[in-house]
Amino acid sequence: MSTLNEWQDYLPDYLDGLKVTLRLTGVSLAGGLPLGLLLALAMTARRRTVRWPAILLVEIGRGAPALVVLYFVYYGLPQLDLTWSSFVCAAIALGFTTAAYTADIFRAGINSIPVGHREACQALGLSHGQELRLVVLPQAIRVVIPPLIGFCILLYQGTSLAFAVSVPELLSRAYSQASITYQFTSTLVLAGLVYAAISLSAVALMRARWPGRTASVTDVEPPGEGLARTTEVTHAP
Amino acid sequence: MGTILSTLADGVAQTIGITLAAFAVAAVLGLPLAVLRRSGHWLVRLPAVVVVEVLRAVPPIVWLFLIYFSLGSTDNLQLTTFQAAVIGLGLIYAAHLSEAYRAGLDAVPAGQWEATRALALPRTQAYVRVILPQALIVVIPPMATFAIALLKDSAIASVIGATDITFQAVQLTQQDLNGLGNFTVAGLLYIALGIPFAVVARGADRVLSRRLVGA
Repeated sequence: MSTLNEWQDYLPDYLDGLKVTLRLTGVSLAGGLPLGLLLALAMTARRRTVRWPAILLVEIGRGAPALVVLYFVYYGLPQLDLTWSSFVCAAIALGFTTAAYTADIFRAGINSIPVGHREACQALGLSHGQELRLVVLPQAIRVVIPPLIGFCILLYQGTSLAFAVSVPELLSRAYSQASITYQFTSTLVLAGLVYAAISLSAVALMRARWPGRTASVTDVEPPGEGLARTTEVTHAP
Repeated sequence: MGTILSTLADGVAQTIGITLAAFAVAAVLGLPLAVLRRSGHWLVRLPAVVVVEVLRAVPPIVWLFLIYFSLGSTDNLQLTTFQAAVIGLGLIYAAHLSEAYRAGLDAVPAGQWEATRALALPRTQAYVRVILPQALIVVIPPMATFAIALLKDSAIASVIGATDITFQAVQLTQQDLNGLGNFTVAGLLYIALGIPFAVVARGADRVLSRRLVGA
């Protein structure tokens, strides 16, 4: 009973924290998804000078821990006179990580389009832009949506890293409540419940929409894969 | 660069230690979770499903906090940061690995199960002698990629104070204010440490596909 009373006291503060968490998730996606698509297009480009820098960026973004990327932005970039608030730093770092991971998802989607479709575009004399816009992307998007949603859930959880640079998000609120009351169990359990409630309902919604998929957080290909696959970027003849 | 590397090198052993120990925990606990989830009885299946889903629905950093500050800071139980990180990451990755194991078990053809039944092998023997040897090989490549993910997630242990690579980089930065250099080297170190796992994954993949083609 006393735990429930405590939770009642914490909840308004936690909900403020949740708002920051959700805003951070949204901003990271808004920046990261378009960049991810651009990187994917660059990774599948014909010209080497376009392809390699993109592959390098994606490998760094997927190979280094998100926390290290976050610290790099927060502690490192001020040396170049780039100083932002901790929220902006977290958004930049998570946005970059999002771009790297989704680039790989987008690339897999683009590569899943049969070569014949691209050949047909060339036979019809479509320009490269038209080929992408009219034929490749509309099909790729459909393949890519379930793993993208899986990634969104991962990202939502990943915003808890922003605690480390003291963004006042959900986990930070829980931690500061704990350091006032010394009730580490009840404060952290409530935070865990709030994270789980949203993650699990997102997973459930997704399973209802795409029943064929074991749609869950690990639906995203585990990172590191790319390292073994960078050489496999193939092209239509 | 040299001085950065020598300072961060102090954290390498801790990072590798957390990664390997947590992976061992995960590899051992993941298999029973996978087997339970395939049980015919829902009363057996349900707890395993709940455990896996809950472990994955809460961010790793929250688990580490719960284990270190709540479970591991009582009069009866005092956990070190290393132990808390190994338990927390080990449990989370047990949930992840159980999915990999499950995929491996699913990959064994139904005929193999039918054969064990035709031979009247008890279920345990069927698992140990027929199904697992075939399933475990399939699981190696996804296991290696999960190991890389675990290596990167181990950086989170620095937040509860485990003295790993990331922790050393933060400490060093507070002294020399060279975050740019320190975290670049730290990131490259993690990427380099992941390479052996990627090599294993690739090698196993090649052996597997050759076997599939040969068969």
